[in-house]
Amino acid sequence: MVTKQISIFLENKRGRINDVTKVLAANGINMDAFCIAETSDFGLMRLIVQEVDRAVEVLRSADFAVIVTDVVNIRCRNVPGALSSVLEKLAGQDIFIEYMYAFSRSETADVIIKPNNLEECIRILDGLSLDNR
Amino acid sequence: MSRDEMMDLQGKRLHKLVELVYHHVPFYRDKMQALDITPEDIRTIEDITRLPFTTKQDLRDNYPLGLQAAAQSEIVRIHASSGTTGNPTIVGYTGRDIEIWKEVAARCLTAYGVTRNDIFSVGYGYGLFTGGLGVHNGVEYVGASVVPTSTGNTEKHLRLLRDLKITGIACTPSYALYLAEAMDKAGMTKDDICLRIGAFGAEPWTENMRREIEDRLGLQAYNIYGLSEIMGPGVSYECECKDGSHICEDHFYPEIINPDTLEPLGRGQTGELVFTTLTKTGMPLLRYRTKDLTSLMEGDCPCGRTSVRMTRIIGRSDDMLIIRGINVFPSQVESVILEMPEFEPRYMLVVDRVNNLDTLQVQVEVRKDYFSDEIGVMLQLKRRLSDRLKSILSISADVKLMEPNSIPRSEGKSVRIQDRRQLK
Repeated sequence: MVTKQISIFLENKRGRINDVTKVLAANGINMDAFCIAETSDFGLMRLIVQEVDRAVEVLRSADFAVIVTDVVNIRCRNVPGALSSVLEKLAGQDIFIEYMYAFSRSETADVIIKPNNLEECIRILDGLSLDNR
Repeated sequence: MSRDEMMDLQGKRLHKLVELVYHHVPFYRDKMQALDITPEDIRTIEDITRLPFTTKQDLRDNYPLGLQAAAQSEIVRIHASSGTTGNPTIVGYTGRDIEIWKEVAARCLTAYGVTRNDIFSVGYGYGLFTGGLGVHNGVEYVGASVVPTSTGNTEKHLRLLRDLKITGIACTPSYALYLAEAMDKAGMTKDDICLRIGAFGAEPWTENMRREIEDRLGLQAYNIYGLSEIMGPGVSYECECKDGSHICEDHFYPEIINPDTLEPLGRGQTGELVFTTLTKTGMPLLRYRTKDLTSLMEGDCPCGRTSVRMTRIIGRSDDMLIIRGINVFPSQVESVILEMPEFEPRYMLVVDRVNNLDTLQVQVEVRKDYFSDEIGVMLQLKRRLSDRLKSILSISADVKLMEPNSIPRSEGKSVRIQDRRQLK
């Protein structure tokens, strides 16, 4: 399914990630997942939260550079080979993944991907049942 | 030449110069008419204070060739240096200008002790920058063998120094130290090379750097000063006394002014250096404000030369930076940033010296609307800015993308620059 991801541009310096988490904590916003992509001078923190609009609002009012992007959340079984079979399908239909990250719970795992073609990616995934994932 | 004779010569040349620009450069005629003076009013060198100043802004306003006095058919060469924004400063030289330039450059080299028996490597950039060709012509005029090494290939430079037994070198002082560094790394010592004379300029340097260069390269290091608007290298030079640089004042008349009030200052007082090109015919300039801060020294030099000496350049009265010998104005960086909507018009220039080479970092804020969640897109943005900066500044800059509102706001200009080089 399509989900909203928050991306924050951060200078690559000590304590900067905590500046984000402090704002979220103060506003009682919980993160379901996040990942950080970094270069030598800056990083991008991408996060998934339940209350997207409120999170964006509090982060922006704290002067963070925030953008919201549509990404795809794939839920699959938390067993060996599950992700592989999904990616196999996507690659087979020419979907390129710009970036991805994952988080697992007990029975299932959630994988966030940013495909080059969102609609096409969703169409392919809709054809797969959870058992096949 | 006695002081009286020199002043007499300067006065005559000034009168001729004023006649030339009055009749051939509308910019100067207008300025003089506004001040209600004609060439007839300018008879002695003391009359120079009645003449108008010329600034870098005037060169920019008259881009590209508005201040040229000679017909295009008389111009035999054109150089260009960085302007304060997009437009470079263009300088056209007549054949006679080139002859004079050659002669003053040869004067410098002769003062350093260069003779026809020397083999001399010119490690300044050749091209639009006046350093390379300016020194090159001087070396040839002296009759020494010139090796046009130019910049960039340190390994080859070292090999040539050693194999050709090169005895003289001209480059920026920081490059001289970089060469010394490279020599160490290559396992060479100063005993492997035969350098005895070095002419260093195009950027400020210190007595400590002189000692280190002399010690590590085994040569005598001398200052050479010049600027393309006035001529190029050869405007002033140190003699064997290494105490101030003798100005070729028969061609380039120096004054020191208070940069705020524009009042002339006396000998020994520090202020902005101003030059009038007494003999130039291509693009002659009246009272050109160099923005370099220095003073004219009192007293005679023990070497016997009677020409006036200037002390080391102690700074600038504007915010120009000299990075690897290249003039960089923060306004040039600003104009590039303003062209790109992805960036806030906020930036910080951080200049440092790492392993004796100057580095420039441009920190710039990305506009909130232009962020991407993809690293590749951000890196591409960074690359586009650094490519554009390189083409405008002629030196490469390391771009650092910053968060919005992370660069301190300030009204003052100087806060946009952090110069971490230790030159004092």
